[in-house]
Amino acid sequence: MIEIKDLHKSYTMGSNVLHVLKGINFKAEDGELVAIMGSSGSGKSTLLNILGMLDEADSGEYTLDGVPIRDLTETKAAKYRNKFLGFVFQSFNLINYKNALENVALPLYYQRMPRKERHDKAMKYLEQVGLKEWAHHLPSELSGGQKQRVAIARAMAAEPKLLLADEPTGALDSTTSYEVMDLIQKINDAGNTILVVTHEEDIAHMCKRIIHLRDGVIVKDEKVEQVRASAYV
Amino acid sequence: MFDIERWQEIFDTIRKNKLRTFLTGLSVASGIFILVILLGFGQGMQNGIAKEFASDASNRIWVWTQVTTKEYKGLNPGRPIALKNENYQYVTQQFARQLEDRSPVFRVRDVVVNYKKETLGYSVQGIGSDYQFIENQFLSQGRYINPKDEQNTAKVVLVSNKIKKEVFPEGVDPLGEYLDISGIKFQIIGIYGDQGGEREEDRIFIPVTTAQKVFNGANRVDNLSFTLQPAASFDEAVDASMKFTEDLKTYLREAHTVAPDDPSAINVFNTLEEARRYYGLTGNIRLFFWFVGICTIIAGVVGVSNIMLIVVKERTREIGIRKALGARPWGVVGMILHEAIFITAISGFTGLILSMGLLELIGPHVEVDYIVNPSVNFNVALSTVFLLIIAGAVAGFFPAWRAANIHTIDALRDE
Repeated sequence: MIEIKDLHKSYTMGSNVLHVLKGINFKAEDGELVAIMGSSGSGKSTLLNILGMLDEADSGEYTLDGVPIRDLTETKAAKYRNKFLGFVFQSFNLINYKNALENVALPLYYQRMPRKERHDKAMKYLEQVGLKEWAHHLPSELSGGQKQRVAIARAMAAEPKLLLADEPTGALDSTTSYEVMDLIQKINDAGNTILVVTHEEDIAHMCKRIIHLRDGVIVKDEKVEQVRASAYV
Repeated sequence: MFDIERWQEIFDTIRKNKLRTFLTGLSVASGIFILVILLGFGQGMQNGIAKEFASDASNRIWVWTQVTTKEYKGLNPGRPIALKNENYQYVTQQFARQLEDRSPVFRVRDVVVNYKKETLGYSVQGIGSDYQFIENQFLSQGRYINPKDEQNTAKVVLVSNKIKKEVFPEGVDPLGEYLDISGIKFQIIGIYGDQGGEREEDRIFIPVTTAQKVFNGANRVDNLSFTLQPAASFDEAVDASMKFTEDLKTYLREAHTVAPDDPSAINVFNTLEEARRYYGLTGNIRLFFWFVGICTIIAGVVGVSNIMLIVVKERTREIGIRKALGARPWGVVGMILHEAIFITAISGFTGLILSMGLLELIGPHVEVDYIVNPSVNFNVALSTVFLLIIAGAVAGFFPAWRAANIHTIDALRDE
């Protein structure tokens, strides 16, 4: 599904050059649930942004579902994102003037799906995350956990090949975090490939594989015994 | 443009951002509104000035005299100049082909006008039969003084609508009634009105010959008044009347032994020359209103641009989200511009309709000196609306384009 070879990325901050990723190599297969762990500044978010085509690497190869991702223009990146990727962010990134249903339906609008159809589909995904009753509420009327579930429903509605979650539980308390992880595990059980960036040990152990990142290099890549989040809910 | 999905998306956005939409719309609508009202009043002013000139024939030439101010050919300054019948006759013969209307004016002084027992405070003037056209008077009743009256030194008199209203009781027909002017009975033969309004209706007219004969005028006249034959164009008319004015002055100065450079003994007032100055003035006023209007539009454009900048800034994060979900940069730019143009157009036309409605409604009732029926050229107003729409679109394009092209990750970090 994902193959990355010798990925480098550096940022220029004034006169300083900050080398964030110093040659990353890894592969992820279909249906994997991978946690990328590391303290802040380890380069994990940068890696996720590159995987999500929100940012570009300086050098290295990136292949997604057999398609080499390179020479991205904004238009091309937009097309790939719509086709391949679903995003879940720490800060939810819902559009605040659209209700839950419209937020979930938005990626389908960019797939040029007719209105009626995309609303039906959005409703189906909202139901899956248990928020059918909240479909017509604005984000400001939802709790943090509910917002994140709407964001997950939105990411899944486009039926992406890869779900990228950037600190999905970072803004949530632990009970809500486990609920969200439970949802992510269920989505993974259904066969979806998911990458979760986190710095929380317990969240990482709810995945099937943990990649440890420190100072821009992978220091450890291990398969783990998955802890089911439902045990805590 | 005709993508129904996109329209729905835009209407969603507008519906859910009412305040932002309202403020954008308000600035556009008020800009257009102010411009149209300003242009309307500029036009109203021009109409008003044109109307002021309707009070007299627009090519009127008027001669009056004062005392000499310069010594000339042994004659002392301070000598009063009195026009004579001969002067009038000479001019009418000499310039017969150029003149359209002509009339001497003799002001009757120190007389008392009575109607029955009532004493009236109106001035009495002796005039010729052409005077009606020179003053742009109209007849409401009866007839004007005619050449026969002049020949016969008839004791007939013209009064105005104003005098009729002020002097004669309701139901009394002034025609055929008699006015007593210093003990002599004059029969009322007509009632005139003046285009210039009531302030020009304070005079009682009698034939000039009668005035001279009865009131001890001998062969003196106070003024000469003329209008010239119409010319092909305004400028030609002005030139012709200027030349006539000069000829007239030269002749009168010679006839009365007045120094050729005496500035005030012989005076000729030429309406056309004044008219040219006034038309120049209205042109300048219009120019001024245009200037103010264009400044208003510029202010409007700046306002719209400003709002567009803020709107785009405010939506940077939303743009990031949309791009993360697969929106193409052009799609985002298109959507923002589409919305902006839609709002500007709707509010621009609202301002246009409101202001033109207001002008239509109150315009005909505006009765102030120098402002008559303010109105505006629809095409001009329409083009300003389009100008504002285009300006809004251009002003919105650059920030939208920049926002759509910053890295999605930066857009998402934008707080």
